[in-house]
Amino acid sequence: MKSIYFDYAATTPVDPIVLRAMLPYFSKIYGNTMSLHEFGRHAHEAVEKSRSTIARIINAETSEIYFTGSATESNNLALKGVALANRHRGNHLIISAIEHDCVLESARYLSRNGYAVTILPVDKYGLVNIEELESLINEKTILISIIHGNNEVGTLQDLEKIGRICRNKKVYFHTDASQSYAKELIDVKKMNIDLLTASSHKIYGPKGAACLFVRKSVLIDPILHGGGHENKLRSSTLNVPAIIGFAKAAEITVKSRNTENQRLLKLRDKLISGILGNIKDTYLNGHPTKRLANNINISFPFVEGESLVMQLDFAGIACSTGSACSSTTLEPSHVLIALGLPPQGAHGSLRISLGRWTKESDINYLLKVLPAIVKKFRRISPFKN
Amino acid sequence: MSTYSKQVINHFKNPHNYGSIKKPDGKGIVGNIICGDVMYLYIRVKKTKDTEIIEDIKFETYGCAAAIATSSVITDLVKNKTITEALSIKKDDVIKSLNGLPPIKIHCSLLAVDALNEAIYDYLKGKKRKIPIELEKAHLKIKQERQKTETRYSDWVKAEKGGKNGHR
Repeated sequence: MKSIYFDYAATTPVDPIVLRAMLPYFSKIYGNTMSLHEFGRHAHEAVEKSRSTIARIINAETSEIYFTGSATESNNLALKGVALANRHRGNHLIISAIEHDCVLESARYLSRNGYAVTILPVDKYGLVNIEELESLINEKTILISIIHGNNEVGTLQDLEKIGRICRNKKVYFHTDASQSYAKELIDVKKMNIDLLTASSHKIYGPKGAACLFVRKSVLIDPILHGGGHENKLRSSTLNVPAIIGFAKAAEITVKSRNTENQRLLKLRDKLISGILGNIKDTYLNGHPTKRLANNINISFPFVEGESLVMQLDFAGIACSTGSACSSTTLEPSHVLIALGLPPQGAHGSLRISLGRWTKESDINYLLKVLPAIVKKFRRISPFKN
Repeated sequence: MSTYSKQVINHFKNPHNYGSIKKPDGKGIVGNIICGDVMYLYIRVKKTKDTEIIEDIKFETYGCAAAIATSSVITDLVKNKTITEALSIKKDDVIKSLNGLPPIKIHCSLLAVDALNEAIYDYLKGKKRKIPIELEKAHLKIKQERQKTETRYSDWVKAEKGGKNGHR
């Protein structure tokens, strides 16, 4: 029985080298980083080394990296923390229409509590319009949050252009780089990024570690209060093994970035053209070239996505969908709707995300089994041709 | 992802009685593409002196595993039953036959029963027969709900009607 993982955008397996680096921190160097004794000191030193590794990758200062428990937490902290600390300057936030739920829901929460939120639309490829963004900024605008690599359709935004506008208008710029950190080149200085979210478990590190980069000059309040960890911005005992793993994972990812991206691009484009060429009435969602090297998102009209995902699972292939039936709310993906997809396109979407252990033979196997699966459901569907 | 019973998985993997019936005696169309579930149910009815039996039933469904499984199982429940027997089938019968559905998928069982009711309604209407009050009520409710959904998502419906690849 085959078992092929095509859901690296959801999460990744921990790299064995990462796991090895983490192990001593569970039972040997287990001290609390806040403790004054040797046990605490050793843990503290290891965490600071990790912090420096993670900072260097995006050309940030070590002291500008704040560890959190997840990208969701980082995004909550970025939006709520900046909104609360800058209430005297204004109450307006701008986010794109294709943010992850944690940014969208944080913004909605703020809009229910006295803040004004503008949703910046995207074009059919998922790109924001820079001129439109500029026109939406007013004297009350305090923060703009735009996702770098979209988690569903893979579209990559031009951070440098967005950053320049934000800097000129003196508005903080936050980007959710959960899908792109260490995989794509990011320079927070050159790109004028003020806050950035990065996550460990998307780059072969463990779950439970993430960070928020916060430029020194940014005013931000904590949302977790307590013992004053992380320079008083995020109280919580540090998850030392996970942080060590996060840094190790980032280091490996950066080291192999160029060759790995080239390899993935080839596989990605082979899979895209293979599906579009062999299954009629299919189309690619997102941008054809400005997209994450590991993301494929294709719509199969006349077929519902959850059915596809389940049947593929029976064939030993794991991927995901933006269909309503597979969500907890029974609403189709807001990202696909924002791209202008009609109902059948949104319900019939399949996200296939590649990773470090994806082989060409995996791509060939998917290309072999997928046409018959799509055909099966099209035969059952009342909308078939 | 929600966990499905073995029965749901089996019906989903190998659905019974899918396809269409040419010139059916009754046809029921329920669900909405906006919500991601659409079910077509076709029936052929054999009328003798004192009974009328649904001798053939077929479905076409666009939807998730639960929607396909409920469609498949309702054809099993209905085949070779009288109209009166078929009208007594409720969503709980569908759920029971599938050995349960995840809570968020219960609405799929209702969809299958609605499709059956609509097909029988269509059959009786075509024969200019008297419609039982309960069936008339069910028909009205389905119609109202469809209108409500279409009004709520009117822009999106237009996008769909703009063509199958409307946004390209």
